[in-house]
Amino acid sequence: MHTRPLLCLAAVLGLAASLGAQEKTQVFKGAQIIPIAGEPIANGVFVVAGGKIVAVGAADKVAIPAGAEIHDATGKVLMPGLIDSHSHIGAGSGGDGSGPIQPDARVLDSLDARDASIQKARAGGITTVNVMPGSGHLISGQTLYLKLRAARVVDDLLIKLPDGTNAGGLKMANGTNSMRGANGFPGTRAKSAALVREEYIKAQEYRDKIKRANGDAEKMPPRDLALEEIVEVLDGKRIVQNHTHRHDDILTVLRLSKEFGFKVVLHHVSEGWKVADEIAAAHVACSVIMIDSPGGKLETRDADWRTPAILEKAGVLVGFHTDDPICDSRIFIRSAALAVRAGMTRKGALEAVTIANAKILGLEARVGTLEAGKDADFILLSGDPLSVYTHVEETWVEGKKVFDRSRPEDHLYAVGGAGAGDSRRAQLCCFTSAWDLIAAANGGDQ
Amino acid sequence: MKTLLRLSLLASLLAAPFALRAEDLAIMGDTVYTMAGAPLKNGVVLVHDGRIEAVGPAASVKIPAGYRVLKAAVVTPGLIDAHATVGLSGLLNQVQDQDMLDKSSSLQPELRAIDAYNAKDPLVAWVRSFGVTTVNTGHAPAALISGQTMIIKTLGRTADEDVVNPAAMTSVTLGRNGLTVVEGAPGQGGPSASKSPGNRSKAVAMLRAELIKAQEYAKKREAKDETKRPGRDLKYETLLRALDGTQPLLVTANRQQDIASALRLAKEFNLKIVLDGCADAPLVLDEIKASGFAVIVHPTMQRSNEDMENLSVETAGKLHAAGIPIALQSSYEGYVPKTRVVLLEAAVAAANGLGFDAALASVTSDAARLLGIADRTGSLVAGKDADLALYDGDPFEYTSHCTNTVINGQVFTDGPR
Repeated sequence: MHTRPLLCLAAVLGLAASLGAQEKTQVFKGAQIIPIAGEPIANGVFVVAGGKIVAVGAADKVAIPAGAEIHDATGKVLMPGLIDSHSHIGAGSGGDGSGPIQPDARVLDSLDARDASIQKARAGGITTVNVMPGSGHLISGQTLYLKLRAARVVDDLLIKLPDGTNAGGLKMANGTNSMRGANGFPGTRAKSAALVREEYIKAQEYRDKIKRANGDAEKMPPRDLALEEIVEVLDGKRIVQNHTHRHDDILTVLRLSKEFGFKVVLHHVSEGWKVADEIAAAHVACSVIMIDSPGGKLETRDADWRTPAILEKAGVLVGFHTDDPICDSRIFIRSAALAVRAGMTRKGALEAVTIANAKILGLEARVGTLEAGKDADFILLSGDPLSVYTHVEETWVEGKKVFDRSRPEDHLYAVGGAGAGDSRRAQLCCFTSAWDLIAAANGGDQ
Repeated sequence: MKTLLRLSLLASLLAAPFALRAEDLAIMGDTVYTMAGAPLKNGVVLVHDGRIEAVGPAASVKIPAGYRVLKAAVVTPGLIDAHATVGLSGLLNQVQDQDMLDKSSSLQPELRAIDAYNAKDPLVAWVRSFGVTTVNTGHAPAALISGQTMIIKTLGRTADEDVVNPAAMTSVTLGRNGLTVVEGAPGQGGPSASKSPGNRSKAVAMLRAELIKAQEYAKKREAKDETKRPGRDLKYETLLRALDGTQPLLVTANRQQDIASALRLAKEFNLKIVLDGCADAPLVLDEIKASGFAVIVHPTMQRSNEDMENLSVETAGKLHAAGIPIALQSSYEGYVPKTRVVLLEAAVAAANGLGFDAALASVTSDAARLLGIADRTGSLVAGKDADLALYDGDPFEYTSHCTNTVINGQVFTDGPR
């Protein structure tokens, strides 16, 4: 976008005029800008107004609008806000233990917008996040794509789609997490797939009934909250975000997605490296988790840091996620660095925490790169994004600063300490506590 | 097909490092952090017969003929993980590979790490691939007394061959994690007759009672009349080694009240202890400093909830700045990741107040001193074990690789990772 400075300047003037004194145009100058769309700019100018990006380009190509508030970002790195395509921040929940298929359960109805984990995610430079219910079900509910604006309640975080609905996906899982073998939960992989197929067939029939009713209230089937959501998936309005580890489980997801024609993203993909070509051929994206070590459960035995590089090489769209609290949101960008360590390109790795994840959530028109017209979601870093020594200094969402490391209260969330933690046990996956995990490891009901 | 399978099995057995294959090595580094003096630019470490033969600048160290030359941007002493459960809490997290905790009683000092350690668990090789050559590993910080730890090299042969100190410390856990081990115990509302504390006061009361019993046992064992001496008791024998200082208690305490309890207990019984975890350390820095005890700080990136609520990536730096001896650790993980890697923990500490030098010391020389193995490892000095880690850049950078790990002169190429 820095190639069209004149156009941008016009936009700045127009916007600045329309905003008047209500909100000052913000200009960041001197930073190295990594726009993701295009090559890094050594000495850049970045202009924001009205919550949108109005210009990004080299210092000698972008005019600084009069009356703007100037931020000297010399020595810093400015890049798009990070996008986490799979997280559990906000202490949200989805389906309960009553059954394996609960598409009607919404994260929306459970999220704590003031949970410390959300402030910590801002400290990690995350500006957009997919908050998911857990993976203990075949279908565990509706996820929420959130903007980490300053928030009092969940509504402050929502991303509204043009039709007024909340942006979000549908969380599905296969493999052992959802194989509980009681309460209607499947005991095997084949049963897991059969239950999913039954649900999707029901949804097809439900949709057909609605179509046949053709607006006649008498002929309409009774509303079914679960099937309504599956119909949204069938209609392409909602992307399936599918937890899956083992290579055969990955292929099962691809098989079901093909049978019912739904759009899906593969999450975790510990064994994605074994079936990279199959994933590429299916044109399905992957959201990969980068963990300190393999194992911890049978399905992640063969997890490999080379997975993102292998998928990238095969032509698969690769994003990363924290699965917070599995990985800490504050070091989300480490995922990209570790992938580079294991062979991924720097370009691919930086895209994987920005634009690739935007595509994975279907939000690429609004976020993921620094381009005029997109939401002004960006971060200021103290140095190279892939260095351990680099800190996120500021996080901005839609033109407003939501994290500033120099403020003591924000610094506390960035580094931890008394007041920044949570006295509750972290809920990991489908378990309720670390002790359940040990019980499971010792032959419990997992 | 069967023959093929057998052949490949045989091949893998032959390939397995049962025997130590120490080589004569000349390890050249653009920067060599000896941890005994200033770093060397263009340094060389000569290795012979499993030990360091000479260390110095390339200009002054003559490389003998026949020595295999290894080159790296950065050479450090092999890393030391001051508290792990690797080898006991296996990669799969299934019943057959989880030996870090026995739930039959919450007081089991007699459990030895050496009787459970699986040198072949893939996580041993995993941590080695990042340059970790020595671990203080054993029973998890998950019962009032869960058992003992041992210090072992990550050679991957057998516990008996690789061990450095088979009875290093005894794991005591105060706070929530020390309470809930025994299922159905009285303190947990269950009918079982086994003893498990229901709260913090009870936990400390049980520990005190046990230590007093150990003291009485020691007296009775010295009775003049042999027939009046009690039979050997493995539990008390272990606690007596804590009381005489030969095998210190490794006391995991994260809340400030638990840290205070640990210090009170140490004073009452004149114990030399090592503090572990210490998430609340910044709240009680003066008390810790006054005690003189060292701290094996919680993993820098550990999850902050429950007793770890107040942990901070800056705690290691704060302890170090206060002059308190520290080392870093991977600790115990019950789920994913199944083990942390102490190199990655030190990296985050380095970037958050501890600084490069102190962070490197916390996983090499300082860790060796804390574990009492500084005469053998932790720094690159002639005569010490040839334990080294080779990196293609700053070891703490996410994008650097560990290219080789050397233990007792044996070269491992698990990566580059």
